[in-house]
Formats: sequence, structure tokens, C-alpha cells
Amino acid sequence: MTLLMLILIPLLGAAVIAFSPERQAKWLCLAWSLIALGAAVYAAFTFNWMERTGAFQFSASWTWIESLGIELSLGADSVSMLLILLTALLAPICALASFTAVQERQKLYYSTMLVLFAAMTGVFAARDLIFFYLCFEFTLAPMYVLISQWGSSNRKAAATKFFLYTFTGSIIALAGLVYIAWKWTQIGDGWSFAISDLEIAASQMSMFEQGWVLLALMVGFAVKVPLFPVHTWLPLAHTEAPTAGSVILAGVLLKLGTYAIYRFVLPFTPLAIQEYAPLIAVLAIIGIIYTGLICWVQRDVKKLVAYSSVSHLGFCVLGLMALNTIGAAGSVMYMVNHGLSTGALFLCIGMMYERYHTRSLDEVGGLASRMPVWAFFMVFFTLASVGLPGLNGFVGEFMCLLGTFQSGAVDFPGGTTGPLGPWYAIAAASGMIIAAIYLLYMVGRIVFGPLREPSDHHAHPVLPTDLNLREIGILAPLAVLCLGLGVYPTPVLRSLEAPINRVGVIAGFHDIEAPGSDETAPAHTLVLVPEEAWP
Amino acid sequence: MIEKLQIIHPEMALFAATCIVLLIGLSGRSALRSACAPLTGVALLAAAWLGLQSPGADSELMQGMPFPGLLPYAKTLIALIGLLILPMLAGTVDRSYEKAVERGEVYNPMRSTRGEFYAFFMLSLIGVMLCATADDLIWLFLALELTSLPTYIMVAMSTSRLRSQEAGVKYFFLGAFGAAMFLYGFALLYGATGSTFLSEIREAMAEPGGAGPMAMLGLVMVIVGVSFKIAAVPMHFYAADVYQGAGTTVAAFLAFAPKAAGFFTLLILLGAVGWTHGPNGDALPPELRVILWVIAALTMTIGNTLALLQTSVKRILAYSSVAHSGYMLVGLIAGPGAGSIASNGLAAMLFYLLCYGVMTTGAFAAIAALERRAADGGREEIDSIEDLRGLCRVYPLVGWSMVVCSLSLLGLPPLLGFFGKLMLFTSAISAGEIVLVVVMGLNSAVAAFYYLRLAGYPLLEQRHDEAESPTLTPAPGRRLAACVAAVGVVALVVFISPLQRASHEATQLTPLPAVVEVKPASEAEVARR
Repeated sequence: MTLLMLILIPLLGAAVIAFSPERQAKWLCLAWSLIALGAAVYAAFTFNWMERTGAFQFSASWTWIESLGIELSLGADSVSMLLILLTALLAPICALASFTAVQERQKLYYSTMLVLFAAMTGVFAARDLIFFYLCFEFTLAPMYVLISQWGSSNRKAAATKFFLYTFTGSIIALAGLVYIAWKWTQIGDGWSFAISDLEIAASQMSMFEQGWVLLALMVGFAVKVPLFPVHTWLPLAHTEAPTAGSVILAGVLLKLGTYAIYRFVLPFTPLAIQEYAPLIAVLAIIGIIYTGLICWVQRDVKKLVAYSSVSHLGFCVLGLMALNTIGAAGSVMYMVNHGLSTGALFLCIGMMYERYHTRSLDEVGGLASRMPVWAFFMVFFTLASVGLPGLNGFVGEFMCLLGTFQSGAVDFPGGTTGPLGPWYAIAAASGMIIAAIYLLYMVGRIVFGPLREPSDHHAHPVLPTDLNLREIGILAPLAVLCLGLGVYPTPVLRSLEAPINRVGVIAGFHDIEAPGSDETAPAHTLVLVPEEAWP
Repeated sequence: MIEKLQIIHPEMALFAATCIVLLIGLSGRSALRSACAPLTGVALLAAAWLGLQSPGADSELMQGMPFPGLLPYAKTLIALIGLLILPMLAGTVDRSYEKAVERGEVYNPMRSTRGEFYAFFMLSLIGVMLCATADDLIWLFLALELTSLPTYIMVAMSTSRLRSQEAGVKYFFLGAFGAAMFLYGFALLYGATGSTFLSEIREAMAEPGGAGPMAMLGLVMVIVGVSFKIAAVPMHFYAADVYQGAGTTVAAFLAFAPKAAGFFTLLILLGAVGWTHGPNGDALPPELRVILWVIAALTMTIGNTLALLQTSVKRILAYSSVAHSGYMLVGLIAGPGAGSIASNGLAAMLFYLLCYGVMTTGAFAAIAALERRAADGGREEIDSIEDLRGLCRVYPLVGWSMVVCSLSLLGLPPLLGFFGKLMLFTSAISAGEIVLVVVMGLNSAVAAFYYLRLAGYPLLEQRHDEAESPTLTPAPGRRLAACVAAVGVVALVVFISPLQRASHEATQLTPLPAVVEVKPASEAEVARR
């Protein structure tokens, strides 16, 4: 019920906004997203983060389409719960961030946004494949509306490209998912789309079948991530989207892809993924380096951060492809951290854009003297994004790389057998250096150095030169979280152990003994944080 | 004999109403004349109710038919979609003439077309129902023609413009060509099996060597001929021209009625051959499967590709209806499956026919609800996609109906169209037609491009010029039809399970007990010799 409430609250809010006066839309949206956040925080408090079996909590299930075996089935483990919390946190932030930026058709804007948040929450809460797919796919429609109605000049093309890329991918993924469900009819009775059933069905597939299913699933999810050859929609969509749209896109929508890889690709194709993980990892590394180099030459700040998203999510996929627990845990951490820091960067850029109406590195620079508070946040989030130890970006990135290094590094202490190896880690680590270069270069130009402002710029009619309280209120919680997760990620890491061990057992991670093979060995071996270190 | 009439009760009700409508359409009193549409509505309601009471699989009357449970689903579906189309027909004919009569012009029955129009509408629906009822080739042929002949005239008289007459003639000649094709096919089938009764054909085909080259050629001819009715490749050429030339309301009717008739015909005829071939014994004979496979793949691809290039909404919807025929053929290829609902391709096809009927009617109705200034100063129906700009803000009901129906045609979850496609997916994958599923998936993605335009123009674009922009027609029924269809697209999602169960029950194929006995006997004889 709790999870259903989390989905229904934003939906209800959207309905209320649709039937209220235009003037109140933004306040209603803020109120409803705060209610949703409150509900999510309440859920997080009642959630047992230390559940040791990785079982799903808040489970609830309603029969929906009996004839196809489709249920409205919800449940969350700590991975889902973290991402649900991230989604709920970004909702009021996105609402606040749009107060001055969005002036026309506010009713449509704010209700669309709430619908989008409901759909994204549904993706993380789904325990039925069709319900998952339904939410996954439905996110396209509101995002399309957000980009093509409130974006910048080339928004129509960007929105269409975004929709077509992801729609094409996910419909192929649907074919793969239905194939697994059909496999279930061969061993179970009748059709079922329950994820737990399909994990069993997937284990019955031959290597050949798994290979094709893996291809189908990856076509769909890689577009969403986005992985190297199919990433071209993202920079365009990011650049054209309104600020809140970019925040949602970077903060949550891209994570739908990595989450789906974690949730479905790993457990559904355990044999094939062992075989093809290096291939996907190579694509991820190409993405990391190639888009990093593209960032280097960008003149448009927003495009730069957009490309850096592609690069960063490469680490995320790489961590998953390491097929060991530390890599997967790092990847999940990275999903949350990237959502916070990159989302915040887009917010900062949006605030600058609102004042100067330009995002070009050639036209603005040295803004620290003009907007010191803004400059503080900009530098802070850039450092978080670069992966400065002590801030959140570091934790996930380091663990992804460590997992990649260990996977296959049997000669090294702590190494495991696995599909990747030190060379992958070294290649990807060079991406970190590139990331440091382009992000610091950007900050150096735009924040420090001599002051440069567009010659024809007029001060914003409402906004002061520097950030106002509302804008500080948007950024401050994100900054606090970035710092908190960077300094003391232990509780989060601990809560991730159980669910990742669970997936690891199904997906056959190398550092986990399958349960039953040895009665005395514990089935769950991931210990990210030793018991003694736990307060 | 009398109880056998039970199976055509809905048709009889409609036919009675047809005769009355023909008469009162000519009445001198305008109140009586305007009763044509309500009377048609009552008749359709009655037909839907009678359809529900039709003898089902447990009735003795239906024994020996390939699909004994088909009638209740088919007839109710046809009557209800007809009922959805009916309100939008208001004002298609005679609107200006009735106004002139109100202004004092003397009423001349020779000039009024209202009675004929509603009569033809019902006759065509009777034809569709008879297609689903047919147990004989001759009957099937007559039913198919009864479906199509009235539509030729409806197209020609739907607007007073020359293009409608041109469209009517074009439609007629190609229709006659199609009819000749499947009539020839019927003749070959008769020659091969020695009977025009479907049950006897079925037994003849099931015998070893029964499905010989002559019968197969006949069936191929039938498939090609019927592909005219469902606007599938290679007989899809007319669709865009005819839909565009016809009035929008009649185009909506064309997008459903002949198509439904075609699919029922294919269902019944292929039921006579049976999905008992192939390596697993659940596929069509290889020749037919390949032909249908190619037709389905080409129909989807060509329909969607051509729709990408159009700027006329009616042409877009015409090609979209071509593409949707391709999707439905996938269900036909998948066959009845192994027993569970999700594996039953025929049920998927019938369920998709229902989804498609609601969605496409809604989209057509939304366009029909608008009109713009014509070049000659009068009012004409909108046609260009530019006319849809900013509709949601000016006319929210019509605009949002268009958006919802287009997104459903696109297959966006959680709308009805998605679940239709999902069932086609599940059944086709069960039947092992994975390549076809991928083709269908890619096609849905291609189609997304033009459906997004259909949804995006009303929702997201700005109107250019208020004076030149389209306004609502004075016929509120069209708005009503659009809204009802849009609500249906959303609300029917709740009732998917019973609807799919009904379509599953409708497509239970009667097993052939006789054949199973014959085969071992002959083998034993061979062994003895």
C-alpha cells in the first residue's frame, strides 16, 4: 500500500492541478510534491534497511489482467527504495526550480511533471514486468511534452529524437521480456509476468536463447542509459530541455536504464552476460573516453554537462558488467550520486541561463565576482561530479573501478575471477582524468578569471544578481546530501549488501558461492562494511 | 428451420430498421426524417443485445462450424462499434438541404439522401455480421459484397464535392476487381473439395492430400482478394485516395466495417484449413503461412512508411489503418495456440479489432468534428495536419480525444492499443514467430513518428491565425463520438481481462474427430498390405 500511495499522490496532485486555476498551479505542484516527499521519507523510516535476505518489502499485489497473468504488483528492496527517495527528493526541487523559468501553460507543465514523477516511482516499485514496462514506457510521453513545449529553440527535433530513440529501443526490449514470459509458460502453468517467476524461467533458457534475449534487452536499456553508439539523443534532449526537464532526465530518467540492467539483464541472462560483459564494458569505456573528449571541446555549458552524463553513466554500466558485488554496489551508489550532483549542476546552469540567456563559454566568464553564492555551489557540485574524495561522486566511481579491476584479476589480492580485468579499469580510469580536465576547465572559465558578460544582457526583471533564497533553498539540500554521502556512505553501503547479494546469487557473481553448494559457507558474502566498523 | 433463424436475429432486427429508415427518410415531415438516426441507434442497440444472445459454442445450431463460439463476440462487437460510429454520421448528408427546407423551400423527396444513407450504413453492417455467421462459400461471397456495395455509394454521396464521386468510382472498380479475385478463389476451392459448405470443405481438407495445390491456389486467391477489404498489400493502393476523397465520417466507417468483414472471412476460411500443420502441428500450411507472413510484414512496413510522408490527416489515418491490418494478420498467423488466452493469436486478432475500432473511430471523429473555410467560401471538413494546431487549448474535448486516440494507436502504455499489441506479441512469440514480432516492433517505432505528430500538433503547437483556423461543426454527435472513443480507450483498460476472455472463447476451434480416426485406420491398412 505504501508504494501505491507514493505513486498515487503525484497522480492525484496532477489531477488537482488540471482542474485548478492557472495561477495556483506552481504552488499546488510544490505542495503535492512535498506531500509525496513526506510520504517517501515516512516510507523510508518504516522501511527495514537492514533486512538481511534482500527480500522485497512493502509488497502488495492486485490482480489486474488475469487473462495475461498481469498483476499490479509492487515491492521494494533498498536499491529501489534509494532510487524512489531520490525521485521524491527531486520532485519539489524541480517544482521550485521552475517558478520563474516557466511562465506559460503552467497547468500543463506542472501536472505533466507530477505525472512523470509518478511514472518514475512506478518503475522502481514494480514487481511485475508489464507494470514496470508500462511505467518505463509511459515516462516518454510527459518528458516529450516537457521538452517540446518548454525547451529552447530546437526543441521539437530534440523531443522527437528522444521519443523515437527510446521507444524503438524499449519495444525491442519488450519482445525480449515477453520471450522470457513465454519461457515461463513452458515450465509453470499459464502466463505470468511476475519478476520472481521470470527469474526462474530465465534460468531455464539455453545460452543461445539468453544471448538473443540479452541483445533485445540491451537494445532497449542501452538507449535509455545511454551507452556509446546510441547516446546521440541525450545531448540534444538535455540542451533543449527546460532546466527542470534536464534535472529529471539526468537525475532519474537515465537511471531507469541502469536500474533495468541491474534488475533484469543481470538476473535474466546469467550465462550470456558472462560471455558478453566484456563487449558491453568496451562500449561503456569507449563512451567514457569518447564523450569525455567531446566535453573538452564543448562551448555550451549545458551540452558539456550533458555529455559528461554519458561519460559518467559509462562508469555505472562498467560497474555492473564487472559481475561482482563491489562493482554492482558501486554502480548503485553511482546512480544515486550522479542524480544528485549532475542534477544540481543542471540547476546551477539553469540559474545562470535565466540571468544571462546564454550558456556559451565564450560569452560568460568570471562570474564568481558577480555571483559568489552561485559560484560556491557551482564549484562544489563540479567537484562532486569530478569525484573528489570526501564528496559523493568519489564513492561510486571508486567502487565501480575497483570492481572492474578485481573482476578477473586473480593474481591480485582480493581479486575474483570475472569477465573484466585491470586493463578495463585502467582504460576507464583515464576517463576520470579527462573528466577532471573538462569539468575544471569549465569551472575555471565560467566561475573564475576575468569577468565577461554578454554585451546585450539585461538584468532579470525579478531575480537579483546573485541567488535568492528560493534558489539557495533548492541547492542547499542537494549539497548537504552530496557531502553527507561522500563523508559517511557506510549506512547506505550496508543497506545495499543484502539485495545485491541476492541478485548476485541469481546472476552467478564470481565472489558469491551459490547457496546449497556448500552448507557451511554463508550464501551472502558481500561485506562492504565490516561488522566492527558499524556503530 | 425456424430455430435456425436464431443465428441471424441481430441481422433481422437491423434489416427491419433498414426498411423503416428507407421509408421515413422520404417523409415530408422533418421530424420523421430526422428520426432516421435515432431509429438506427435503437436498431443497433437491439442488434447488440440480440448479438449477446446469439447461440454460442454450446448450442446445437453451431455444431460443425469451425468457430462455434464466434457469433456473440462478433455480432456484439460489430453492433457496438457501429453504435460508436453512428453519432458522427450526423450531418454527413442533407445538412444544407434540411436548412434550406427550414427556410421555406419545398421539400422534394427526390433530393433527400438521408434515408438511403442510414439504410446503407446498416446494410453494410448486416453484411459484416453475415460474414461472421457464414457457413457456406456462396453465403460468404454474398455477405462480403453486401458489406462493400453500400459503402461504394456512401463514399460517393458523403460530400457534394467531385473528389467524393471520384473516390467512390475508384473504390468501386478496385472493389469489383477484389471481388472477382476471391470469387475465383472460391470457385477453385469448390473444385478442389467438391463442396461449398465450410464444414465439408474442412473435412475434405483434413484428409490426407486434401490440401492439394488447387485448394491452396484457391485460398491464396481468396487471401489476395480479401486483402482489398482489409486494405493490405498488395491491394492497399486505394486506401489513402478513397479515405481522403470520402467524407471523414464515411472514411471512419470504411476503416472499420470492410476491414472487420475481411478479417472474419479470413478467420473462417483459414479455420476450415486449420492450424494443424508445421513441425509442431500448430501452424498454417507452409504455403499459406509464408504468403500471410509476407503480406503482414509488407503491409505494416509499407503502411507505416507511406504514412510518414503525408501531411493530410486522413491520408495518415488511411495508411495507419493499412499498417494496423498488418498487425492483426500477425495474430492470424500465430493461430489458436495451445489453450491459454495469451497464446491465442486469433483471440489477439479479434481483441485488436476491438481496440482498433475504438481508437481509429475516435481519431476520425475528432477530425470530423472540425471544419474550416473552403476555397469557394463554404465550409469543408479539415484535412491538413496544420489544422490540428493548438486544438487542446481552443477545443479541449476534441483536442484531447485526438491526443489520446493517437497515443493509443501508437501503442503507448497504459492505453488500450498497448494491450492489444501486447497480446499479439505474446501469441506470436508462443507460436515461434519471433522475426515477425521484431518486424512488428520496429514498425511500431516507425509509426511513433507520425502518431507523435498527430498527438503533438493539437497539444503542443500554437495556432497561427484565429480567423483561418478551424471551428467546430454544428453536429455535436461527432464531438460526442470522439469523446466516447477517447474515454473508451482509457476506461476499457480496466475490462481487458473479460474482453480477452470473450475473444478467447469466440475463437475456440472445433477439433476434427473424424480425421483422427481415419488416419490410424489407413496406416493400419497400409501395414496390412
